[in-house]
Amino acid sequence: MALELELVSPIDVAKNFVLSVQEYMALALQSVTNFFRRPLYMGDMLQQADLIGFGSLPIVLLTGLSVGALLALNSASTLQRFGGITLIGQLVSIGMVTELGPLITGLMVAGRNASGMASELGSMIVTEQIDAMRALGTDPSKKLVTPRVGATAFMLFFLTIIADLLGLVGGWAVAHFLFGLDSNQYWTSSWQILVFRDVFSGLIKPVMFGFIIATVGCYYGMSTTGGTQGVGRSTTQAVVASSVLILITDFFVTKLIFAIFGVR
Amino acid sequence: MSTPVLPIDQPAAASGDKSGYAMEFENVRIAFDEKVVLDGISFRLNHGETKAVFGVAGSGKSVMLKLAIGLMRPDSGRITVLGEEVTSESEQELIKLRSRVGIVFQESALFDSLKVWENVSFRLMEEKILFGEIERRVRESLRFVELERTYDMFPSELSGGMRRRVAIARAIISQPEVLLYDSPTGGLDPVTSNTIVELIMKQRDVYKTSALLVTHRLQDAFTMASHEFDPQKNEMVSIPKGQRGQVPMSFLILKDGKVIFDGDAHELAASRDEYIREYIS
Repeated sequence: MALELELVSPIDVAKNFVLSVQEYMALALQSVTNFFRRPLYMGDMLQQADLIGFGSLPIVLLTGLSVGALLALNSASTLQRFGGITLIGQLVSIGMVTELGPLITGLMVAGRNASGMASELGSMIVTEQIDAMRALGTDPSKKLVTPRVGATAFMLFFLTIIADLLGLVGGWAVAHFLFGLDSNQYWTSSWQILVFRDVFSGLIKPVMFGFIIATVGCYYGMSTTGGTQGVGRSTTQAVVASSVLILITDFFVTKLIFAIFGVR
Repeated sequence: MSTPVLPIDQPAAASGDKSGYAMEFENVRIAFDEKVVLDGISFRLNHGETKAVFGVAGSGKSVMLKLAIGLMRPDSGRITVLGEEVTSESEQELIKLRSRVGIVFQESALFDSLKVWENVSFRLMEEKILFGEIERRVRESLRFVELERTYDMFPSELSGGMRRRVAIARAIISQPEVLLYDSPTGGLDPVTSNTIVELIMKQRDVYKTSALLVTHRLQDAFTMASHEFDPQKNEMVSIPKGQRGQVPMSFLILKDGKVIFDGDAHELAASRDEYIREYIS
């Protein structure tokens, strides 16, 4: 089989990128404005909340627990060397609530749900179901995109809280059973170190990440071309793009929170 | 075929539309990248008329149907459906127009996560019609295509022919004034194709619904031109030689993005165009 290489002009690549960004922004904006326009598909939103929220619960529980435990395990040996093992609760608490909880939960849900949304909507595109929906007088953006965006942002908020809690439990298990730290001391220091800024930062991020996951997943799904191969491509791109966007957003949100509330 | 209960109380031809045509394409052009698919095509579809559209694969037949209900926008030209200019309307305005037009997609395009009754009633549920009324109309529509037994089934449990019939039931449930069929018999065996053709004929002759029928199968269109539906016998019967059917039936042939023929069966048979003769032979 002869290998054919097609050279693409850098200008065309740049144009396509700008067009993609523009289309993504339009989809994201419309998904928000749809919340203020009837009809609002509450049934679809609840169904998505169930799929995204409860469906992701096992993976979030598992990762939250193991990340908290690993954080404690890795930092404990260093802290022990300086006689600071009692600080382990503070370290796990700050790490999980402000950064790792939202980030790991966001990445896990992105892997699970951005791909799911892209493949589901992509399949609907290639089998003309989206065209059929439009032909039957229904706006796919309202019926398919907005419920996913609302449900993901809403459920990721609670999933992150659960992941934070499980991370603290994992940290406690390591600190108590492996390093003999008193439970009271661990939980008290974990609780007392947290200030409004940490909680605010840890709870605003999942809402943003949820919005990114759903809009990116839906965007790649809705712009699928090229049959079943295209569905596979959209699925991969949705996971990669949403994960990268989550990491970039996390950095800038953290910087912004530092700018507003000051550095700890 | 058993006697079906017909789903529509009034013939669709009794439209409030004041314009002379159910559909009009004026100099419509559309290209994808460098490839011109439709190059300034013009034609008219009269109220109550059924027009069969032919052309080789990739000649833009399906694109034409999507343009007709605004699922795609042409690069230039004007499309009018039931007196409303599709090409100048916004997506929101088109939603209203689409409630007056039914479409049967090439691969049925049934929502695979929904049951048959949910597929058929999709438009009615969007219109927030009471459930009792929805159920009655869904059953009537499914009875029309003789698939009432599939009410609670998923599309994945149906055969290809059954899926097409469910798609027809979904298209006619809102009593549309115009129906668009995109290769409704494509990929089906001759017996199932005949059943689908008979259903399309029944819709045409009983309700006088205007229709554009895209097809690869010449024999389907010729069957439609040479037969009519007899509601008493509940089957299609041949039109006696030398007579025309009560409902006008015409043919449109596309070649290289242009309309090369637009006329009835007699004009088609009399055509001296070499391509057309080869095509219909």
